[in-house]
Amino acid sequence: MSFLTHSEADRQEMLAAVGVSSVRELYGDIPASLILADPLPLPDPLSEWEATSLVSGHAARNAELVCFAGAGIYDHHVPAAVDHVLRRSEFYTAYTPYQPEVSQGTLQSIYEFQTMVCELTGLDVANASIYDGATATAEAVLMSLSVTRRKEIVLAGHLHPHYRQVVRTYTQGLDVSLLNVGAGEAGTVEEGALEVTDATACVVVQSPNALGLIEELSPLAERIHDAGALLVCAVADPVPLALIRPPGEQGADVVAGEGQPFGNSPSFGGPVVGLFAAREKFIRKMPGRIVGATEDTEGRRGYVLTLQAREQQIRRERATSNICTNQGLNALAATLHLAMLGREGLRQVAETSVQNAHYAAARILELDGFELLYPDTPFVREFAVRTPEDPRTILSRGLERGLLAGVRLGRFPDLETPDGLLLAFTEKRTRAEIDRLVDVLAGR
Amino acid sequence: MSLVPFPFLGPTTPTIFERSRPGRSGTSVPRPDVPTRPLEELIPARHLRASPPRLPEVPEHEAVRHYTEISLKNHHVDRALYPLGSCTMKYNPKVNEQMARLGGFAGLHPFTPAEAVQGALALMHELGEMLGEIAGMDAVTLQPAAGAQGELTGVLLMRAYHQSRGEAQRRRVLIPDSAHGTNPATVALAGFEVSELKSNEAGRLSVKALREALDERVAGLMLTNPNTLGVFESAILEISELVHEAGGLMYMDGANLNALTGIARPGDMGYDIVHFNLHKTFSTPHGGGGPGAGPVAVMSHLEPFLPVPTVTSEDGVLSLDWDRPRSIGRVHGFYGNFGVLVRAYTFIRMLGQSGLREMAEAAVLNNAYLSARLESRFPLPYGRGMHESVFSGAELKKKTGVKTLDVAKRLLDYGFHAPTVYFPLIVAEALLTEPTETETKEELDRYADALISIAAEAESDPELVTGAPHGTPVRRLDEGRAGRELDVRWSFPEG
Repeated sequence: MSFLTHSEADRQEMLAAVGVSSVRELYGDIPASLILADPLPLPDPLSEWEATSLVSGHAARNAELVCFAGAGIYDHHVPAAVDHVLRRSEFYTAYTPYQPEVSQGTLQSIYEFQTMVCELTGLDVANASIYDGATATAEAVLMSLSVTRRKEIVLAGHLHPHYRQVVRTYTQGLDVSLLNVGAGEAGTVEEGALEVTDATACVVVQSPNALGLIEELSPLAERIHDAGALLVCAVADPVPLALIRPPGEQGADVVAGEGQPFGNSPSFGGPVVGLFAAREKFIRKMPGRIVGATEDTEGRRGYVLTLQAREQQIRRERATSNICTNQGLNALAATLHLAMLGREGLRQVAETSVQNAHYAAARILELDGFELLYPDTPFVREFAVRTPEDPRTILSRGLERGLLAGVRLGRFPDLETPDGLLLAFTEKRTRAEIDRLVDVLAGR
Repeated sequence: MSLVPFPFLGPTTPTIFERSRPGRSGTSVPRPDVPTRPLEELIPARHLRASPPRLPEVPEHEAVRHYTEISLKNHHVDRALYPLGSCTMKYNPKVNEQMARLGGFAGLHPFTPAEAVQGALALMHELGEMLGEIAGMDAVTLQPAAGAQGELTGVLLMRAYHQSRGEAQRRRVLIPDSAHGTNPATVALAGFEVSELKSNEAGRLSVKALREALDERVAGLMLTNPNTLGVFESAILEISELVHEAGGLMYMDGANLNALTGIARPGDMGYDIVHFNLHKTFSTPHGGGGPGAGPVAVMSHLEPFLPVPTVTSEDGVLSLDWDRPRSIGRVHGFYGNFGVLVRAYTFIRMLGQSGLREMAEAAVLNNAYLSARLESRFPLPYGRGMHESVFSGAELKKKTGVKTLDVAKRLLDYGFHAPTVYFPLIVAEALLTEPTETETKEELDRYADALISIAAEAESDPELVTGAPHGTPVRRLDEGRAGRELDVRWSFPEG
């Protein structure tokens, strides 16, 4: 199956118009020694049906499980209408809105997305998306370095280990230092333990943190701002933002987050959608595309990409970021899902998830040898438990019963916790499924 | 030559927030079937937000109507030619969409144990091998989420390589002045310095300028090939040899491989690193700005530094290898844009060995044909390119006062998207045009006729062109005002 266009007659007619006798003549600038004499060792073409069978065969070798895993990717229901709109050619076969007069659909949806991200995070301005939560966090760190012209980054408490690693990757070539501040006894960041100096560009705190615990951001913010640094709040799970105080209200200067639960399937971790929001005074230092409203020559409201002088296509090596292609369609999926859920719907998604999680926690704590890692610290819909046997054994038992029984903490040495399981709950989980999880944990 | 008005030319569509009315409910959500407790008993009141985020309150079908209406204001590939040069706006096969949504892919949690994700890992492994063959290179990472992230990965690989050889002083990266903006932006992000090289009169890298720039501080050369003028760097073998002799590495921005796939390989040209944009050459949709995927292929001497994890195969069992002590680290939260990889894999398997080569040849033929049709009206200062050509509107501007920007806007009235304009920076009034292989001769003719007609309009009625567009959902927008009077989110009325 190919998507070629021309008949032999077309080809001849076009070659004649160009004034050459074969397509190979058009490759005359390539040294002959570089032209492949033999075809690439790739498989033969397949018809659409053959390709469908092949690819479906790969998909079928992956287990479809009842999911209790989270750690940055959550198994929510996406309404059919979201995907229906997403599949409109007008949206998914368009590109970055370089010609705004014929891209108002994309531009208006991004403007609405930016508004929703501001509402969720409690901040003033948001961009059109970053690749994911981890890279959004790295971009927030880079922005903090640029805003403060300082060279020290503090990563505090239980930050998602992958976010930490991506920050490390992104900053490895820069003349900056990364400091780690461990979590306190409650599993959260303690104000007294923070080392913030006049060299500190930012402190990164995740809330709810990588173990699902809610951080107290306000006292941290005060301390950080006193030192002239920025508080970057990483959000690996945005659903709790429907219920808990938004980071912007608690003094966060930047929220760098993951938007996957809104409209995007887990998809083995991508494509998802990085959220980036900040205080308005930082807008000229922000990475990525930003859409703004304006008027056309007849006074009609319309939307354009704005503040492009920050970006690589204009500023080149002095750009605020190198990002070009972002996660446009995933941001649209999030916009659609949030629009369809609305105020009450999103609250209900969060509340059902919370109730499921707390019911599960209560049941699990009745089991011998299971305890919460941090029993006295509030969580929203994800929590960590110690297990009486190797979590790998439990996960295998779960797989046999069609269930993904959480994420093994031992896979994250950076977290410096004892081994155990991290369990997450969404509105999709039923009491029967949770009871089945409890049985798997108990070895029943 | 007729104009093509947009399907939607109604009044401005209000935002979704303006359609909201208190108490209207959207899509339904499961209520808990477990025993519940009041929220305040589960989460202390001090953590709860005082008021909910002001999301719109609209029924689901109102939301569908709203987004359908605004969608009609978009130009898109399924409507007509979208000749954005360097962006490769080709047809996006519909079967790819179906494949990426299969339950065994879309529902897959990234922390599922390896034994339960063998199909996903097999697809990744096989895609990596095929991209390695296309590049003529030894190893591939699929993790970068887009081209610019592939570039960052590539430059960090250069850095790790030089450091491993005790040559940390190599911090300068050479980049021609025709390069895409992400190249210099990436080099700066990696903490390296950019040295810009002037192109010669043929639009190619000047070998003389290269020789002069090479020294023991050079980390490498980033060279798009064919470059952004669409011109093949025919001295590439000499260039690679010079860079290697000076101890540097060769990086190819392979974002656009549409001219070369199955014809010639970056590895044979002496490149050490190349990144692909699967959303260009390999047909995955651009999605209004993403997602993309930017895999990176490398020669064996760079393989130890690739991001973690990599996919490995042993006796037919696939796993993710995290134990790579010399790796630059991870660049993405998980394994990259997996759903995009599924689409590209499906495309490559459908086209296969022969189809990929024919794809490249057709892309080059289409561009040659379009160039032949247009060059008498719009000169090609650097000649015809391979898969894309850069026309100049400078003569037209001199003669009529009509700028490239005006021509671009007038094209919208004819039902086409404009080409990439004012890039590359080294061509005055540039129109960087890439038709791709999935356009018929008739569509190319229609587009050429439109441009010829616009050139005639510029002479007979310049104000018609400078006042364009006329038939689009909105007329020309005041971008200056958008930057001065920032309005980047909906302002809710008080109370």
